[in-house]
Amino acid sequence: MPMLEVKNLHVEVEGKKILNGLDLTVPSGQVHAIMGPNGSGKSTLAYVLAGKEDYEVTEGDVLLDGESILGLEPDERAARGLFLAFQYPMEIPGVASMTFLRTALNAQRRARGEQELSTPDFLKRVRDVAARLHIDQDMLRRGVNVGFSGGEKKRNEILQMALLEPRLCVLDETDSGLDIDALKIVADGVNALRAPDRSMIVITHYQRLLNYIVPDVVHVMAKGRVVKTGGKELALELEAHGYAEYREAAA
Amino acid sequence: MNAEIRTMRTQAELALLDAFANHKDRLVGARDERVAAFKKFEEAGLPHRRVEEWKYTDLRALMRDAKPLAAKPDAAAIAAAREAGRIAGVDARRIVLVNGTFVPELADTAALERGLTITSLAEALVAPGNALAGLGRTVQTNDVVVALNTAFMADGVVIRVAKDAAIERPIHIVHVFSGREAAATFTRSLVVVEPGAKLTLIESHEGAPDVDYQVNTALELVVGDGARVEHVKLGLEGSKALHLSSTMAAVGADAVLRDFAFMTGGAVCRNQLFIRLDGASTQLVVSGANLLKGRQHVDTTMLVDHAAGGCQGREKFKSVVDEQSRVVFQGKIIVRPGAQKTDARMATHALLLSEEAEADNKPELEIFADDVQCGHGATAGALDEELLFYLKARGIPAKEAEALLIQSFVGDAIENVAHEGLREALVAATAQWLQARS
Ligand SMILES: Nc1ncnc2c1ncn2[C@@H]1O[C@H](COP(=O)(O)OP(=O)(O)OP(=O)(O)O)[C@@H](O)[C@H]1O
Ligand SMILES: [Mg+2]
Repeated sequence: MPMLEVKNLHVEVEGKKILNGLDLTVPSGQVHAIMGPNGSGKSTLAYVLAGKEDYEVTEGDVLLDGESILGLEPDERAARGLFLAFQYPMEIPGVASMTFLRTALNAQRRARGEQELSTPDFLKRVRDVAARLHIDQDMLRRGVNVGFSGGEKKRNEILQMALLEPRLCVLDETDSGLDIDALKIVADGVNALRAPDRSMIVITHYQRLLNYIVPDVVHVMAKGRVVKTGGKELALELEAHGYAEYREAAA
Repeated sequence: MNAEIRTMRTQAELALLDAFANHKDRLVGARDERVAAFKKFEEAGLPHRRVEEWKYTDLRALMRDAKPLAAKPDAAAIAAAREAGRIAGVDARRIVLVNGTFVPELADTAALERGLTITSLAEALVAPGNALAGLGRTVQTNDVVVALNTAFMADGVVIRVAKDAAIERPIHIVHVFSGREAAATFTRSLVVVEPGAKLTLIESHEGAPDVDYQVNTALELVVGDGARVEHVKLGLEGSKALHLSSTMAAVGADAVLRDFAFMTGGAVCRNQLFIRLDGASTQLVVSGANLLKGRQHVDTTMLVDHAAGGCQGREKFKSVVDEQSRVVFQGKIIVRPGAQKTDARMATHALLLSEEAEADNKPELEIFADDVQCGHGATAGALDEELLFYLKARGIPAKEAEALLIQSFVGDAIENVAHEGLREALVAATAQWLQARS
């Protein structure tokens, strides 16, 4: 059974049709890249997977481990192992990073019927993950993402991902806004999480990221559906020729 | 038409007239002041919505009747109040007033620090000499609720902190209403902090949850030059109570006054603050948090009078309004001629948790000096859906996510409390309120 199956997904926002019969299958242990022009619906797909409210699914289904998740709340999906690294992470002034991380981790553990983590265990985990991602402990003393640069926010998303150990990771343009060193650090962080029982969807505009996080499969999205699927060489092809051919194919 | 319209006396007004006529014997001391104050009430009646300061809290309509003056507490009431007001993590000297009466056996006045004196108002009112010199003159106001307090004041606490005495242990005036019979209490406290002295004053109010008792309480606070005072009020009245509170503070030069009110209880509450800055270079921080639900109505009406220049005023209020509750904020800042270099900023924010919740806000600036910095800002809105989604996407259930955001919203005001133990107690009280909500 594949980890994720998206079947003929049709989605509207405020009466506007955005996803248009999208199909996507991601087997366990694989990394899939999704590329495609601005406005083609990549972030919309990511949000619908995570369970954002404003999106109305008018047709189709999303199965995680063979079960539909469309009726689940976002927190329930997270507890089942779904994680979205946001294209634009939020600043939450007044909510301390550590409180946020601990609340999230323990809420997920509770939902899965696991023991909550003790304070020393929790702190140790955060320290280890932060060190691997070169995130200064001082940054975690602030409010969530407050005063972080664009790149720092992206790194913080990966920190959350590493801490929560999800089974399906959706990374929405995690590479945008990262400098070259940070890109390397983030890619290393992501690669460290690759595992036979963990799948990833990496949304990106740039082939460069895929040099570091080498995908098993590359999909091209246009006008709300997957219009082409291939191996990692597809990304190189797109880099060279652009999306012209797919814009027409989808029309 | 030019006919003189005399509004009919309401039932509550008639009961107050009656009470004053019939209980002269119980209203000991300050005879002339009481009579003069009561005359103000006779002339104006209870404040109503056409009185600008009471625009959103029509006391004449809200106060259906006036409860009989509370009797002295019996032994059972005193025994029940023995532990009242204890705050976890805060070691305070507690002075408990039961049904408006100072109870000596519940007043922790043992081993007072050097320079500190504490007596009851009732005692001070009949004492020879001028133990109460200055009472009623801290900040003058024509407010009728203050006048009623002066007319009926029965007891309270008189605290003096001598020059340069730093009293580290907070003093906590605990007001408890107990008993099944609704009654009215009128308490008046006078706290004089002499130049260079330091005091943390806690004031709390609690009472029976299903009795519609009425509280009229007033505090006069004199802050001398260079003194540092923090006043933290906890409004935890029973859910049917009417709570009318007036704080009058006169502050000298180079002083620091921090005032914080945390309101979760009561049916109808009015916190009025009359603050006058008499000396230069003083720092004033007035803030509060209101956590309301059901049909609660809480009104904060504040007057800050910059009579001297070079002072910094910071006012920040945060309100969480759920169900059909209503929060009111009226803030007026006056900068007198010559009060140059005044720096005053006032902000009020309301978080509306239901469609029916309401927040009214009326800031006013009256500036008569030219070299000043004054501003005010107000917001009212729902929780940010995008932030909620972010938290939920990390596995935090909706109610918990809301609680996190509300806690941080309120925490922003609580940060203004300098005393660490109190600050933590307020954070915990907010968490408790949120827990009761879900
Ligand atoms: N809440 C919304 N209301 C209205 N239109 C929306 C909303 N969200 C997305 N859209 C529209 O849906 C389309 C797809 O948007 P989406 O953000 O999914 O694209 P994308 O592929 O992620 O683009 P990019 O590469 O620029 O990130 C766009 O035309 C966008 O304007
Ligand atoms: Mg996008």
